[in-house]
Amino acid sequence: AAGLGLGPSMAAAQETLEPNSLEEITSYNNFYEFGTGKQDPERYADEMVIEPWSITVDGLVDNPGEYSLAELLGDLTPEERIYRFRCVEAWSMVVPWQGVELADILTRLGVQDEARYVAFETVVQPENMPGVRRGVLDFPYVEGLRLDEAMHPLTLLATGLYDQPMPKQNGAPIRLVVPWKYGFKSIKSIVRISLTAEEPPATWNRLNPREYGFYSNVNPNVDHPRWSQATERVIGGGLFAQRQPTQMFNGYDEVASLYEGMDLQAQF
Amino acid sequence: MAAKAPTFAQRINKGLRRVPPWLIYVIGFAWMGWEFWRALSAIGPYAVEPINVLEREYGLRALQLLVAGLVVTPLMRWTRVSLIRFRRAIGLMAFYFVLAHFAVFVLLDLGGFFDPGYALAQVWTETIKRPYITVGMAALVLLIPLALTSNDWAMRRMRQGWKQMHRLVYVIVPLAGVHFLWLAKGFQIEPILYLVGTALLLALRVDWRGLMERKSPNKAA
Repeated sequence: AAGLGLGPSMAAAQETLEPNSLEEITSYNNFYEFGTGKQDPERYADEMVIEPWSITVDGLVDNPGEYSLAELLGDLTPEERIYRFRCVEAWSMVVPWQGVELADILTRLGVQDEARYVAFETVVQPENMPGVRRGVLDFPYVEGLRLDEAMHPLTLLATGLYDQPMPKQNGAPIRLVVPWKYGFKSIKSIVRISLTAEEPPATWNRLNPREYGFYSNVNPNVDHPRWSQATERVIGGGLFAQRQPTQMFNGYDEVASLYEGMDLQAQF
Repeated sequence: MAAKAPTFAQRINKGLRRVPPWLIYVIGFAWMGWEFWRALSAIGPYAVEPINVLEREYGLRALQLLVAGLVVTPLMRWTRVSLIRFRRAIGLMAFYFVLAHFAVFVLLDLGGFFDPGYALAQVWTETIKRPYITVGMAALVLLIPLALTSNDWAMRRMRQGWKQMHRLVYVIVPLAGVHFLWLAKGFQIEPILYLVGTALLLALRVDWRGLMERKSPNKAA
């Protein structure tokens, strides 16, 4: 990954996506339930209880109910997807996820015609989560996608990375991965999936709508009010790593058609 | 207790007299170098993203030293323990950590090491565009005259003016605290504690009784 820091051309970077090391991916995380420091999740996530795990499915679906992880996945087999991961804090990684397409899960759950959005919720275990006890954010953490975004073949429900079950600090046992959006949209440790007609609340958007839009597509032309989004630092380049230009939709141009006719400066 | 306190303070002061103030520079620069070396070698907290961690490390030490500088006067007034001999070194060391913090920002974070022109232009635009950087830069700029006059020669030359000018720290430390608070995402307790601590240390300097007495006759009239 050291080579990535030297600023190869973007086309080259796309073709030679080299994953960050497992150590990098599991020791530099934002998971505010465990604290605001980048190393807090690695330090404290061990306490999180993930067995048994139950996911509530409700709202505008044909098959609502409480699902275990195995029940939710059914006969779907997780496949590997190597994606760029761009954090709203202007750093990025490359992660080899294992997951299933969210679309396949939603199809099995039976999305009703009136559904327009999918809402997600992260687990809350105050006794195991120091960040929750401190009230860093308004927990439970919630996020949402428009239905067409959720159905896009790039959108994953990931259950592992590097051929192992999802590490707790990365959102065990199951998390969302939306590679063309800032990382905070890719909600971790999911315990609820709801199909809704109205745009669901999203934690960071609710806290500060000026800084975190509902869509939060990676966009080098829309700065976060407190820092520039034009460039990013690829994790793993060391002390002398140079920033590299951030790409529209994090380089996943195939999603552009989802936003045709939208002003992405205003609806960021 | 009141009779015992002075002897206790005197004993501490006597011990402190044997500690040379330059020890603060030795420890300060050794710490700064040690952290840089750890960042360079990607050790511990620097393993994954060393630039941001080093930037914060230097910034936090600067803020801690700035706040420590504010402790000296109230500590002397309340406990008679005198750290006055160390205050210049504390203040200057804070300034050097601010410079190191700024150097990491410009040379490593913004890439000035590779492209100085771009980095300097970026410092300017960021300072104008981002309030938390504006505030941090204001603190840095205001510290410069204080650092330049932190010597015996300037103190002699400036007389009363020196004392007045160095009251700028009452503005600088809160600015540094706001700079820290402003960059936090969500509700974070640490920056708030620094600001509350600063506010308390500054409040201790205000002659509240004097203020009340001066004000009340005015109100009556």
